[in-house]
Amino acid sequence: MDTVVAILAATLAAGTPLVFAALGELVVEKAGVLNLGVEGMMLIGAIAGFAATAASGSVWVGVLAGMAAGAVLALVFAVLTLTLQANQVAAGLALSIFGVGLSAFVGRDFVSIALPGQTPTRVPLLGEIPWLGDALFNQHWLVYLSWALFVALAWFLYRSRPGLVLRAVGESPSSATAIGYKVIAIRYLATLFGGACAGVGGAYLSTVYTPLWVEGMTAGRGWIALALVVFATWRPGRVMLGAYLFGGVTIAQFFAQGAGAAIASQLLSSLPYLATIVVLVIISRDANLIRLNAPVSLGQPYHPDH
Amino acid sequence: MAFTRRKLLKTAAAAAGTALAAGPLAAFAQGPLKVAFVYVSPVGDAGWTFQHDQGRKQMEQALGGKVTTKFVESVPEGADAERVIRELAASGHALIFTTSFGYMNPTIKVASSFPKVHFEHATGYKTAKNVGIYNARFYEGRYLAGVIAGSMTKSNTLGYVGAFPIPEVLQGMNAFIRGARSVNPKAEMRVIWVNSWYDPGREREAAMTLISQGSDVVTHHTDSTAAVQAAEEKGVYAVGYHSDMSKYGAKAHLTAVTHHWGNHYTKMAQDTLAGKAQPSNLWGGMKEGMIKLAPISAAVPADVKAKVAALEKDIIAGKFHPFTGPVKDQSGKERVAAGAVMTDKDMGVMDFYVEGIQGQLPKKQ
Repeated sequence: MDTVVAILAATLAAGTPLVFAALGELVVEKAGVLNLGVEGMMLIGAIAGFAATAASGSVWVGVLAGMAAGAVLALVFAVLTLTLQANQVAAGLALSIFGVGLSAFVGRDFVSIALPGQTPTRVPLLGEIPWLGDALFNQHWLVYLSWALFVALAWFLYRSRPGLVLRAVGESPSSATAIGYKVIAIRYLATLFGGACAGVGGAYLSTVYTPLWVEGMTAGRGWIALALVVFATWRPGRVMLGAYLFGGVTIAQFFAQGAGAAIASQLLSSLPYLATIVVLVIISRDANLIRLNAPVSLGQPYHPDH
Repeated sequence: MAFTRRKLLKTAAAAAGTALAAGPLAAFAQGPLKVAFVYVSPVGDAGWTFQHDQGRKQMEQALGGKVTTKFVESVPEGADAERVIRELAASGHALIFTTSFGYMNPTIKVASSFPKVHFEHATGYKTAKNVGIYNARFYEGRYLAGVIAGSMTKSNTLGYVGAFPIPEVLQGMNAFIRGARSVNPKAEMRVIWVNSWYDPGREREAAMTLISQGSDVVTHHTDSTAAVQAAEEKGVYAVGYHSDMSKYGAKAHLTAVTHHWGNHYTKMAQDTLAGKAQPSNLWGGMKEGMIKLAPISAAVPADVKAKVAALEKDIIAGKFHPFTGPVKDQSGKERVAAGAVMTDKDMGVMDFYVEGIQGQLPKKQ
């Protein structure tokens, strides 16, 4: 039982950076914008968060800095694609590469500085539940924040009027314009939100999960987050499932190795990617549902005058 | 990182320009000996590259104004490495140390077009007229650290985070558990491979997993301090590697197996200055001062410290070898007969776990 608790608790911690980044990207894509720069925004968030935490000693400050840094990078993307109408795919890829390089450059002086480890916060009452309390409710507060973000987003997208407007902008920007909504402004906000979320995901990695700064420390998590959004057919619940599945398989393969399973560790290392994609593709294979959920105008430039 | 390389290339281009203007021999003109180092990761303040850089500094200090040094960090193994090494050779460096296994072929290749430059490659096995190799007997320190770990474990379970299942790493693992079992026959060890030399996220996850599976002393053969930090957080012990990592785990850090390259660097620079540099073939250990234990934690009882000190003396005197028979592998098969000592050649191709390690060694792909 202790092993299961340990795996579950570690899974939640491992999945959290993906939850932040993927939920943020979900909002961006629901507004019809395809920002492939998640990896770059996460890395910038990671170094900004790390630097701010190292300077201030507070993870709160680090998370805010990561959020701001991710949003600033997203703003660059928004200006390029929404105002200047650049190609979103190309701009997003460029943003990723730029983020990787810039974070490495800025982070040169922070390599091998270690932050103190963060202690988890046990939720009162819920944390006392035997078994479940240890597995779910004895986490860092950022993990709880990611859950709050999920609940808020699920409500916002499907139960609130502004959420409806956001989806309308992603479905048919011209109709949204026709009934008086400012498509470009809404897309700006969504893109900034996505950047801020990716930044928080990165800051979580560098300040809480592995309290270290290392070049390229996101190790492809930004790309995984992008894939999660697509494979989860743009539904927040499935994004969460995919993120934890990825985290879970990552952790479980370490446990299998430690317990002495005679499987090549190289194969085990590739399992999280494989398992996440296979499961999400299988549960989301209904073509009608995909059509229903995919934002129709995703990735297409839009100019209200045309 | 790109910044450093670019800066180097610019300087190299400028130097090449000057050399052209002043004639081809200008680069080798009299003056301090120019020594260059190629590092695979950032210097940082702990780890593989940090120790090489300490060696560089020791050499500079020992030889004063007779040498000037330059290093290029974060050079990826492969095509980039060849370009960097070539630029260093072309810009008048007479002695070049390439400090990662993956630089082997680029070093050999560049060396053939610069016969007057002397190259030294760490941890490789290919040599040439102007290419020497050097490495350290990490396993000697590992055995001693194992003795400490075996004495300190209460759960009789040790944890080891490994990078890749290659002989150098296996020597360390096997020596560690042999050391532990020499004082605590009940000690067992779990191993997790992370398939990377430097991935703090995975190193940490692996260490955390080992700890939750009952290991109360963890160590690592990877480059970051993540495993020591994880141990500190979880309140268990850790043995650092490459550098003294005590500042990353004040309570957890029992000791560390540390590397010291400075003597070799100084000697090679002196030989080059005297014009008698020969390609080295050095596999040095505690005797040569290339492997040491970091100060042992106050938590370790005095009798254990005394035992370690005695063993260290014996290793230095050549009276004790961590792989003295009988050495049995997991299946109980005898690999070294009682009384015999494993040869360097056999150690160089080590591909088995000794008794006491749980789980199977990942098969060769």
